Amino acid sequence: MTTDNNAPHATSGLGDDDGTAPEFTVYGGDWSDVAEEAARLGGQRLVFNMGPQHPSTHGVLRIMLEVEGENVTELRAGIGYLHTGIEKNMEFRTWTQGVTFCTRMDYVASMFNEAVYCMGVEKLLGITDDIPDRANVLRVLMMELTRIGSHLVAIGTGGNEMGATTVMTTAFVGREETFKVIEHITGLRTNNAYIRPGGVASDMPDDSVEMIRGMIPKVKERLDELAYLQLENPIFKGRLQGVAVLDLASCMALGVTGPILRSAGVPYDLRKSEPYAGYETYDFQVPTSTEADAYSRVVLRLEECYESLKIVAQCVDRLEASEGEPVMVADKKIAWPAQLSVGDDGQGNSFEHIRHIMGESMEALIHHFKLVTEGFPVPAGQAYAAVENPKGMLGCHVVSDGGTKPWRAHFRDPGFNNLQALSMLTEGGQVADVVVAIATIDMVLGGVDR
Amino acid sequence: MSDAKDMATTGADVSAVLPEGRTLINVRKGQFVSDADTSGYEGLTRFVYSPEAAKRPYGSWFDQVVDVLQELLGDKADAAIQSVVVDRDELTLHIAREHLVEVCQHLRDDQDLRFEFCLGVSGVHYPADAGRELHAVYPIQSITHNRRLRVEVSVSDADPVIPSVTAVYPANNWHERETWDFFGINFTGHPGLARIEMPDDWVGHPQRKDYPLGGIPIEYKGAEIPSPDQRRQYR
Amino acid sequence: MNDSSPTPPFIVGQLEDFAGWARAGSMWPATFGLACCAIEMMGTGTSRFDIARFGMEVFRGSPRQADIMIVAGRVSQKMAPILRQVYDQMAEPKWVLAMGVCASSGGMFNNYAIVQGVDHVVPVDIYLPGCPPRPEMLINALLKVQELASEKPMLRHRKEIAAAAEAAALAATPTSDMKGLLR
Repeated sequence: MTTDNNAPHATSGLGDDDGTAPEFTVYGGDWSDVAEEAARLGGQRLVFNMGPQHPSTHGVLRIMLEVEGENVTELRAGIGYLHTGIEKNMEFRTWTQGVTFCTRMDYVASMFNEAVYCMGVEKLLGITDDIPDRANVLRVLMMELTRIGSHLVAIGTGGNEMGATTVMTTAFVGREETFKVIEHITGLRTNNAYIRPGGVASDMPDDSVEMIRGMIPKVKERLDELAYLQLENPIFKGRLQGVAVLDLASCMALGVTGPILRSAGVPYDLRKSEPYAGYETYDFQVPTSTEADAYSRVVLRLEECYESLKIVAQCVDRLEASEGEPVMVADKKIAWPAQLSVGDDGQGNSFEHIRHIMGESMEALIHHFKLVTEGFPVPAGQAYAAVENPKGMLGCHVVSDGGTKPWRAHFRDPGFNNLQALSMLTEGGQVADVVVAIATIDMVLGGVDR
Repeated sequence: MSDAKDMATTGADVSAVLPEGRTLINVRKGQFVSDADTSGYEGLTRFVYSPEAAKRPYGSWFDQVVDVLQELLGDKADAAIQSVVVDRDELTLHIAREHLVEVCQHLRDDQDLRFEFCLGVSGVHYPADAGRELHAVYPIQSITHNRRLRVEVSVSDADPVIPSVTAVYPANNWHERETWDFFGINFTGHPGLARIEMPDDWVGHPQRKDYPLGGIPIEYKGAEIPSPDQRRQYR
Repeated sequence: MNDSSPTPPFIVGQLEDFAGWARAGSMWPATFGLACCAIEMMGTGTSRFDIARFGMEVFRGSPRQADIMIVAGRVSQKMAPILRQVYDQMAEPKWVLAMGVCASSGGMFNNYAIVQGVDHVVPVDIYLPGCPPRPEMLINALLKVQELASEKPMLRHRKEIAAAAEAAALAATPTSDMKGLLR
C-alpha cells in the first residue's frame, strides 16, 4: 500500500523505498489499464488474477497478483462478490427478524453475529442486566461450540489448501460432533437464529447435558489428532513457519485483532478485557505467542479450541444446576413468545404454549400477536456492542428511531478489517505463500462482504 | 435508559422544533408505512431525536478524556467538539469535519488517551435532519486503557465531504471505501477511494435511505407479494 | 420427460446406458461454493456424509475438468458474470444444481444485491431448497442428478427428446396460472 509520505499526521515509515521500482496501485475498475501497462513493461513480471472462483481463496475473494518469477511484488484483494445487502435488508425487518439476517454474515461462526447484534439491541433497550443467567450460559455454550467449529474450519481448509485432505476430513468430523449438539439444542446445524434479543429462543432438551458431556472427549480426540498430524510435520512446518509474518506495529496500524494480534504478542481478548454474557465468571486462558507467523497462529487456534472445551464443560455444569430457570428476559413485551416442540406430526408450536395463550391468558395472546407481527419498539439512540469472534473483534453499531425496525445496523467484521493486511503478509514472499497467508487470516467472505 | 425525547405532535412545523445539537433521526407519521393507514393513528406525527447533549460531569472516565482532548486542542476545542453525548454508558463526540484528523491524531497519540484502534466508519443517513443528513460514525478503541468511544461527524447531502483519517488510522482504508460505496461520502485524502462492495460501474449508493431496497415482487400461483420495502408494514 | 420420447435404436440405447452409467458414477463437481451452503457442501464431502461413495468427492478447481456445477450460496450482482463464465467454460455434458434457496430463487435476500435465482444466469437442472440444505438433502439432490445423467439421451435422438420436452412445456399451464390451489 503506497502511503502518502507528505501526510503530516502519519507516523514516519519504518523504511523508505528508493522509488526505483515502478509502482502500480490497483483499486478495481482500472484493472485492464494496469494489466496493459504491466504487459508493456514485459520481462518476468506477470500480472494475474486469482479469481473469485478458486478452491483456495476461502470463498469468493479475488486477488490480483503481480509476480516476478516466484516472488509476489504486489497483491491487491478485490471483494464484494458476496455482497448481500444484509445491513440494508435488516432495516425492513423487525428487530427479532434481524437475527435471521445477521446470522448469515459470518456463516462459519453464525452465533457470534447473532450474539453481538442481540447485545447491541439489548443495550439500546437497557435490559443487559435483566438477561437471565441461564440464557447467558446458553449463549456462552453456543458461542464456544461455534468457536471450535470455526477454528476447525480454518485449520481444516488451511490443510486442504496445502494439499493435505486428511486434515480437512479430520477437522470436519470434529466439527460434526459439535453440530450434533448444536442441532439437538437449536434445531439447526448452522444459521440458527437461536440467540434473540432478550435471551435465547428456547431452552435445551432434557438429555442435552449428557450429550454435551459425551461430545467433549470426542472433539478433544479430533483436536489431538489434528495436532499430531500437523504440528511436528516437517512439510507443515516448512510451509508455515516464518510465513505470513505480521509484526506488532503492523497489527496495530492495520487494526488487526484476533489470533493474528495474539500471535504477535498482545494477549488481547474481548472475553477477558470487556467481558460480556458472564465470561468473567469462567476459568479459561488466552493463548498468546510472539512468533507472529502462520505456524504460531495454527497452534494458537488449536489451543483456543481446547480452552473453549474447558468453557463448555463449565457451561454444562451450570446448566445442570440451573434447570428450570427461564431463558428469556422477564419483560413480556420483549421476550420472544413462541415455544416450539417436537410432536407426533413433526415440529411445531408447543401445545402447552397454545393452551396458555388461547385459554389461560389474554395478555399472553396479545403479546404473542404483537411481538410476532409488529415486534417490540426500541427507544431511539445508538449503541455499539463487540464480541470476540474466532477471527477477531466483531462489532455491531445499531441505531434505532424508536420503532420496531432498526434504522441502521452496521457490523464491523474482523475479516473485512484483517483482509487489508493481506498485502502486507504476502508482498515480497512467494506465490505459494499467498494461499497460506489467506488461510492464516481466516476471513469469511460472507462477513467481509455482508 | 436513555432520555431520548419522542415528541408526538399533530403535524407541527419540523424546523421549528429542531433543538440545537441533536439529530432528528426520523419523522414517523402514523402507524403503517403506507398511505392506507387504517389504524386510527394516521394523524399522529412523531419527531424522534437522538439523546440530548450531556452536561458535566459526564461520569466515569468520560470527563477525563474530554478534558485532555480539550486541552490538546486548545483554542480550537470549541469549534472542533460540537457536542458531547453520553447515552447508554457510551461517550459520543460530535466533531466538526475540519478538525477530524487532528482530533484523531490526538486520540491516538496522547498517552492518556491512546485510542489505538479505529474500528471503522459506519455511515448513517438521516434524511430528516436537514443540513446534516449523512453521519459518519467512528468507534475508536483503546487497548491500553480498555475503553471505547465514538466520534461522529455530520455532513449534508449537498456537500458530503469528510477528510480521510487513513493517515492516522490506516485500518480505515477499506472502511472508508465501503462508506463511500454505500453512502456517497467523499473522503478527501484517501489513497484510493473506489467502490469496494458493489460492482465498479454501479450507479447510486445503496444504503442511503432514498435508494430502494431493490427487491422484486414474488409471484406464486397467481398471488403476488411485493418486495419488502413496498409491503404494508408497521413502522 | 422420458415417457413421451420415442425409443432409441438398440445400439444407441446400449451406448446411452453405458455412457449414463459412467457419467453418473463419477461426476466431478466444480468448486462454486459461495456462502453458507458451501460449508454444508464441504461437510457433505467429508467423512460423516461422504459423497465419495457416489464418486463425487473430487471437487475440481478448473471448470474445464468438471461435470456438475453446484451453485452453493447466494450469487451477488458482482458474481453473476463470473458464474456465467465458469458455466461456459465447462464442457458438455454438464449439469447445474442450484443448492439452497438463494441459488434457486434469491432466498431471503430479495434486494438490490442478489440475483433472484441463478436460473437468470445459467440453466438449472435441479433446484434444492433449504437454508442451508442439510447434507442429506444435498445427497438426495445429487442422486437425482445422477438419475438425470444416467438417462441422458445421446446422438441424434437427443434433439428429438429435447424438442418433445419443449413442446410439452409450452403446452402446459405455467405455474403463475395455477390459481386457486392451496397446495
